[in-house]
Amino acid sequence: MIELKDICKTFSGVLVLKGLNLTVKTGESLVIIGRSGCGKSVLLKHIIGLMKPDSGSVLMDGVDITKVSGKEINRIRKKFGMLFQSAALFDSLTVFENVGFQLIEYTNKTQAEIKERVAECLSMVGLKGVERFKPAALSGGMKKRVGLARAICMSPEIILFDEPTTGVDPIMGDIINNLIRGLHEKLRITSITVTHDMKSAYKIADRICMIYNRRLVEIGTPEEVQHSRSDFVRQFVTGNANGPLTEK
Amino acid sequence: MRVKLLMMFLYGYWKRNIIAFFRYIGGLMILLSRTIFWTLVPPFRKRHILQQMGRIGVASFPIVFLISLFTGIVLALQSAYQMQKVAAEIYIASLVALSLTRELGPVLVALIIAGRCGASITAELGTMKVTEQIDALETLSTNPVQYLVVPRFLSLLLMVPLLTIYADFFGIAGGYLIGVGKLNITHSMYLKMTFDPLALKDVATGLIKSVSFAVIICMISCFEGMNAGGGAEGVGKATTSSVVRSFILIIVADCFFTAVFYFLIK
Repeated sequence: MIELKDICKTFSGVLVLKGLNLTVKTGESLVIIGRSGCGKSVLLKHIIGLMKPDSGSVLMDGVDITKVSGKEINRIRKKFGMLFQSAALFDSLTVFENVGFQLIEYTNKTQAEIKERVAECLSMVGLKGVERFKPAALSGGMKKRVGLARAICMSPEIILFDEPTTGVDPIMGDIINNLIRGLHEKLRITSITVTHDMKSAYKIADRICMIYNRRLVEIGTPEEVQHSRSDFVRQFVTGNANGPLTEK
Repeated sequence: MRVKLLMMFLYGYWKRNIIAFFRYIGGLMILLSRTIFWTLVPPFRKRHILQQMGRIGVASFPIVFLISLFTGIVLALQSAYQMQKVAAEIYIASLVALSLTRELGPVLVALIIAGRCGASITAELGTMKVTEQIDALETLSTNPVQYLVVPRFLSLLLMVPLLTIYADFFGIAGGYLIGVGKLNITHSMYLKMTFDPLALKDVATGLIKSVSFAVIICMISCFEGMNAGGGAEGVGKATTSSVVRSFILIIVADCFFTAVFYFLIK
């Protein structure tokens, strides 16, 4: 279980998160929605320990990851996989080396075993025969899928997705949604997804939460969020240009 | 009143700059200590180190060869003006050898490597930083200092002194071309006047300087790269800053070491 307690974070004096509380249950698929710049990706980076809150704590199975040593955080991070908004593939490495990064670095698997696992992960995201290419030779959507393959390669317990369907065509977007849902259902992986894509959110979420004005304003099942009484939530989920979110 | 305001402005300006200066030096020192720590911790990525040695050392060889050869030629020609007046052309060989091994060789190589490789390291790490690749490394349980800085640190530490030895050799060869080819000094006399006054300490002090320059280039280029921000513009600024600061610190360190060697092992 992941618990975020009273998280506050400022950047250059600008308050981004203010006393945010959130609990993610083991094995659930949580989707975080909110307007651009509201702090969704910042929240995700707090969960994996890439950022430290100004105050508050991030508990991973009861261990506060904001207070552990570098060695301990690396051990905890081995439970995570993360897909970045920009895919964040290593330019200097091939697709094979990117996807199999942790297998090459931290396991004693043979080259053949690594090749097999990398090919398996790539085929799960609909890619074949791209192992020898460098990321610069791939399209935006392909980079995203390679990033996804890298995130699932070590069969992590928790996967964080930062806008997984942004920049891919609708069909591939749906394939990625199915993949996230499939991983979640088959392996009971805990997944936390940040997205603007409501179609994607409804498809993959067990629960959806919305961040607005530095806090969590809504949390519930997709049905509850879809029929929320909050004007903010209703405007966001319907994608209406007019409403309280845009009145300020 | 205006004078008071001006004084307050100047005080604030200097205070900010002094704090920024010490923060920068502190950042470099922290990075250096973390680099030394991670250098001693396995896994030792031999392939990465060899790759960096190729990029930094082997690929820099042609430019180091050209610049040091021409520096040797220019040094011999410029000193010939004065030496011929007092019929002391024979000492050109000693002058070229000593100035190259003690001063010009290490400094020239350091400036070449700071411009050629330091800028490239900053641009590469800066791009990795702004495209979240460094964050991605951390999520893959990999320490960025160990993975990115240590191979570059070890490569620079080895290749800068090696290139300095190359530069010393080719610079002396440049002086030889002018001395023997143009100033009619005999081959054996030129060699004798080159190696007779040259002591081991002359080469050693040059190599000690080159090791310190390698540390400066690595720390500044990696620090600037890993702290770059603001997209392509930020990477550009970090690269410029890396080259300028490396040049300044190399010259300052050169002055410091020259003074230390002068007073300690005169």
